[in-house]
Amino acid sequence: MKPRSLTSLLLLLTVAAFMLSLMAGKVWIWPSAWAADNADGWIFLELRLPRAVLGLCIGAVLGLSGAVMQGYLRNPLADPTVLGVSASAALGGVVAIYLGVNMLPFGLFACAMLGAGASILLLLAISRGGGPIGFILGGMVLSTLAGALTAFVISIAPNPFAASEIINWLMGALTDRLVADVGTALPFMAAGAVLLLSTGRALDALTLGENGARSLGINLFRLQWIIVLGVGLAVGASVAVSGVVGFVGLIVPHLIRALYGEQPSGILLPSALGGAILTLTADSLVRLVPGPGEVRLGIAMAVLGSPFFLLLLLRYRKASA
Amino acid sequence: MTLTVRNLSFAHAHKPTLAGIDATFEARKLSVILGPNGAGKSTLLACLAGLLSPDTGAAHLDDEDIRNMAPTARARQIGLLPQGAETHWAITSEALVALGRIPHMRGAGPSADDRRAISAAMSATATESFANRPVTQLSGGERARVLLARVLAGEPQWILADEPLANLDPGFQLDILGLLRRQAEAGKGVIAVLHDLHHAVRFADHILLLHEGRVFAQGSVSEVITAANLAQVYGIDANLFKDEEGAVQLIIKGKISS
Repeated sequence: MKPRSLTSLLLLLTVAAFMLSLMAGKVWIWPSAWAADNADGWIFLELRLPRAVLGLCIGAVLGLSGAVMQGYLRNPLADPTVLGVSASAALGGVVAIYLGVNMLPFGLFACAMLGAGASILLLLAISRGGGPIGFILGGMVLSTLAGALTAFVISIAPNPFAASEIINWLMGALTDRLVADVGTALPFMAAGAVLLLSTGRALDALTLGENGARSLGINLFRLQWIIVLGVGLAVGASVAVSGVVGFVGLIVPHLIRALYGEQPSGILLPSALGGAILTLTADSLVRLVPGPGEVRLGIAMAVLGSPFFLLLLLRYRKASA
Repeated sequence: MTLTVRNLSFAHAHKPTLAGIDATFEARKLSVILGPNGAGKSTLLACLAGLLSPDTGAAHLDDEDIRNMAPTARARQIGLLPQGAETHWAITSEALVALGRIPHMRGAGPSADDRRAISAAMSATATESFANRPVTQLSGGERARVLLARVLAGEPQWILADEPLANLDPGFQLDILGLLRRQAEAGKGVIAVLHDLHHAVRFADHILLLHEGRVFAQGSVSEVITAANLAQVYGIDANLFKDEEGAVQLIIKGKISS
């Protein structure tokens, strides 16, 4: 199929997944009831709509960030979490819950973004002039440190309820997001996405290696800044509103490459759409699992994602053997 | 048109790699940089391509210091074929060649000029027949030609090639050398780092022989490739003579035991 018709198909699927996310749940709300002045209409406006918008945006920025990270590091196993931004934003959120700042309006969001911002600055300082290797090692160190500090905060939680609240938040979900939360996160994600979408040509040039790219006039230092800022803003904001949702950034670019070919610039936008489709669909499915509570999206994604990724790996092995 | 270096020095992690290099490269010539491993050949090429900033001295393109040129403007003038033939994604040969147009691209897609340059580069390297094949599926010789086409597609005045013959069989080596030769004859300045002395003797118009970070000799083939120079720089015992057609022939007899 031609890329253009493929993209139309992905757009169509995105719209379908968005509609599904608006309707699906313990209570199905059909389009006829969306504007109704009753409980259904209220659920739609206050719960479903923000949740669907959030799923769309988070999925899109995670898919896009994954595609950019894999292109930049020229490694199909990279994903946004290797930068340590997710872990740092999560640490910020966890500290906010521990201190009770999450009771204030935007308290949790601000703390998580602070965590993401701190990680961006640290990362740029650590990896200055080091190229992708310094960058990935810096990210790993940050990730590990933030993870350890997160565990520390959980271990000193004043009571089991606080600990469970923290753990629950960490697992990542789109439930009970208020319109205000969504409104706060969107500009950050949009700014990050714009930065990330601008990297296509430089990522293409990196196909030739670092010297090849530089000889084509690409400023790798600038590219690194754009990527750190873009991923930091987009993924930081997504963690701030939904906790850590893994695997989207890792899996989606692979699927898109199978459809579009491997040119890094060619998979950026499609990966954003693919991320949105996957996240919206998974988030609709977790609502439909019968039982008292809801499966956390982060868990569902990991449970569905890991075997799938294993399959991909096996296929790669076969192809390269 | 010349590419010159004046009193250029460069140290890698405080270990001097190049010291006081003076050299001039001219357009319409195939210049070859020779020297043992670690002599600083690749470092010099990287300075010429503007990828490394020398500690002292400078590389000039005509009268302009390469470090003062905007990266994109520099990239339009100086094309580099890096060492190692890296290709990281399974993109088609044509898409790879198109990467050479990056310094020229302004809008979203390729312009008519871009398309013309891409197809000219592919026809010059006889790579059209596998335009739609992923580069990862090409043989070493085919990939080397595609990568060279990528450099040609940028239509640079200068072509810098860092060990372009590595891992190629003799036939493909001659293909690439022939292509570089033709580029020089068409008016470009071509500078190649080579290891094979026989190729240098046969194809070079100008040779720069580096030894331990310094210029050991430079000039025409017969000025630089002498038994005495090869003995001192490489520690090899070589026989040089002119054949009946007047071409310099080189026979390496062995290592000089020290």
